[in-house]
Amino acid sequence: MNPSAASSAQAASSAGGVLLEVRGVAKRFGARDVLKDISLNIASGEFITLLGESGSGKTTLLRLVAGFEQPTAGEIWMSGDRLDTIPPYKRRVNTVFQHYALFPHLSVRENVAYGLRVKKTSATEIGGRVEEALQMVKMEEFADSRPSKLSGGQQQRVALARALVNRPLLLLLDEPLSALDANLRKQMQSELKALQRELGITFLFVTHDQEEAMALSDRIALLRNGALEQVASPREIYAHPATAYTAQFIGQTNLLLGEIRGSIATCGVLRWPFEAPDTPVTFSLRPESIRICAGGVRLSSEVKFRASIRQQLYGGASELLEVDCGGQLLRVRIFAHGPLSGEHDFVFSIADAIRVQE
Amino acid sequence: MYSRTYKAIVSVPPLLWVGLFLLLPYLLMFAHSFWAVQDQAIVHQWNVDNYRTLFTKPVYLEVLLRTMRIATSVTLCSLLLGYPLAYYLSFHAGARKELLYQLVIVPLWVSYLVRGYAWKTILGSEGVLNGFLQYMHLTREPVASLLYSPFAVVLVLTHIYTPFVFLPIYAALEHIPRPLVEASQDLGANSAQTFLRIILPLSIPGLLAGATFAFVLSLGDFLAPLLVGGASGTMIANVVQSLFGAAYDWPLGAAISVCILILIVSLLFLTERLEKRWSFK
Repeated sequence: MNPSAASSAQAASSAGGVLLEVRGVAKRFGARDVLKDISLNIASGEFITLLGESGSGKTTLLRLVAGFEQPTAGEIWMSGDRLDTIPPYKRRVNTVFQHYALFPHLSVRENVAYGLRVKKTSATEIGGRVEEALQMVKMEEFADSRPSKLSGGQQQRVALARALVNRPLLLLLDEPLSALDANLRKQMQSELKALQRELGITFLFVTHDQEEAMALSDRIALLRNGALEQVASPREIYAHPATAYTAQFIGQTNLLLGEIRGSIATCGVLRWPFEAPDTPVTFSLRPESIRICAGGVRLSSEVKFRASIRQQLYGGASELLEVDCGGQLLRVRIFAHGPLSGEHDFVFSIADAIRVQE
Repeated sequence: MYSRTYKAIVSVPPLLWVGLFLLLPYLLMFAHSFWAVQDQAIVHQWNVDNYRTLFTKPVYLEVLLRTMRIATSVTLCSLLLGYPLAYYLSFHAGARKELLYQLVIVPLWVSYLVRGYAWKTILGSEGVLNGFLQYMHLTREPVASLLYSPFAVVLVLTHIYTPFVFLPIYAALEHIPRPLVEASQDLGANSAQTFLRIILPLSIPGLLAGATFAFVLSLGDFLAPLLVGGASGTMIANVVQSLFGAAYDWPLGAAISVCILILIVSLLFLTERLEKRWSFK
């Protein structure tokens, strides 16, 4: 784990109200290390997302918390009790599965009532709580339908109700929106977020979609090859990526490779003052941090350069330029501007060039 | 689109086959059941006496009832063996799954007769089991009732039909999506609750198919009673066989066959309805 991820994990624990503690957890399947020494604290009421490519170990971590897998090393604690040693059915954790996993032989109502029924809750209480849960996800009118009669979005809602009716301390969501089409997905994202605010239940959300992670989460834990790359709020992780991988995975960026010598950073033809010992270095510069320079005075906190436009991709409100700056290709995002060509002056603020680890 | 000639060419042989070797024999059997035997010859004289004999002479009803009792016992025994076996293989066998599956299937390659005779040498009064019982001083005299009894028939048929029960149940269990099992545990159900509320209901079509196999195949079996049944283990198929053979009373044999056919067809109809009721695709 890199330093920035560690400090972020500590931040959550010092804030108090820690719900879940993952302590040095590793998971090995055969000869493959799927998770390596993961430590992560999750605060009560938090919406935290495990983000990563397929094979990064995010689903495995979720399954360890749910209890479907056992860690090879390390411990998981919840509210001061050891969690990883108790079977899944005794954990106050519920899961929304990727393909919903609704019971096909039970009606929507029976699906939602399942958790309460196996815990021998009284019939009157089951009735009330199931109604309430179905209302919460606006599925009352489908209470007597079979899951196979429902659309993907509706099944998704039932899966949510079925999990939430048990009032879990922690709700695990395993790519719950990945099977929905784009529009429905956006709608479900905002409903999920609203629901989480309203209920105050801690959500541990798994996705490979960085936009979804940014839109929903209080914090993002970015996983790479079974290790935590960075844990931070979406704004923090976007504005201050710790590594080149993070910078590229979350949003688009320009990676500037160069060196620092005599307190001057040099990346190709770009040069600016940078206080640090002499070393090779990588900077991340977001496309929207670069603007076209309309002329006038250049501030000392800015870097100005001349580049020729190679390509222009129109995207409605904004457009993306690919510009050639002394042989180095840079991406520049500007407000929709109209066709551009030839050479232009560009400028970016030195503070926006974030030094990242390779 | 296929041309009419093509359709005609591909559909005629199977239709001809079904007509000649299925429908025609059934028709003949049906007709025979309403004919009579006079002076060692079948006369085409339409009557319902065969059915009357069947329902008034207690011997036939007795054998029919015994046959159904045996078939029911075989069904229950092979379900009790086949279901746990299929459940274990599907959910808990892990890496040994393939090997165990093959071990269940292998007996199907051994001839029915060989397996029947094997039981004869095990159950006979000079057989392996009696030898063992005497060696252990559990009995002084060989137990004669082991062989040539309904018990022996149930034992042999259970041995033979358990793989047939196992296979559809195993297929049904394999088709249960594993996330459903995880979802059940996740919602607080322990293993027993998960089995009773999720796995068992979702495997009912396989269970019904297996039970139907065992029941129908046992009901029509005549080899096991012939080999190990003796007089007390005679089943309805043996009666039919003797009526068509030595007794030369084809009309009565046909009447019994028609009754069994009606029984089996209604049973198949019923289980199919039930299987549909319990399948959720």
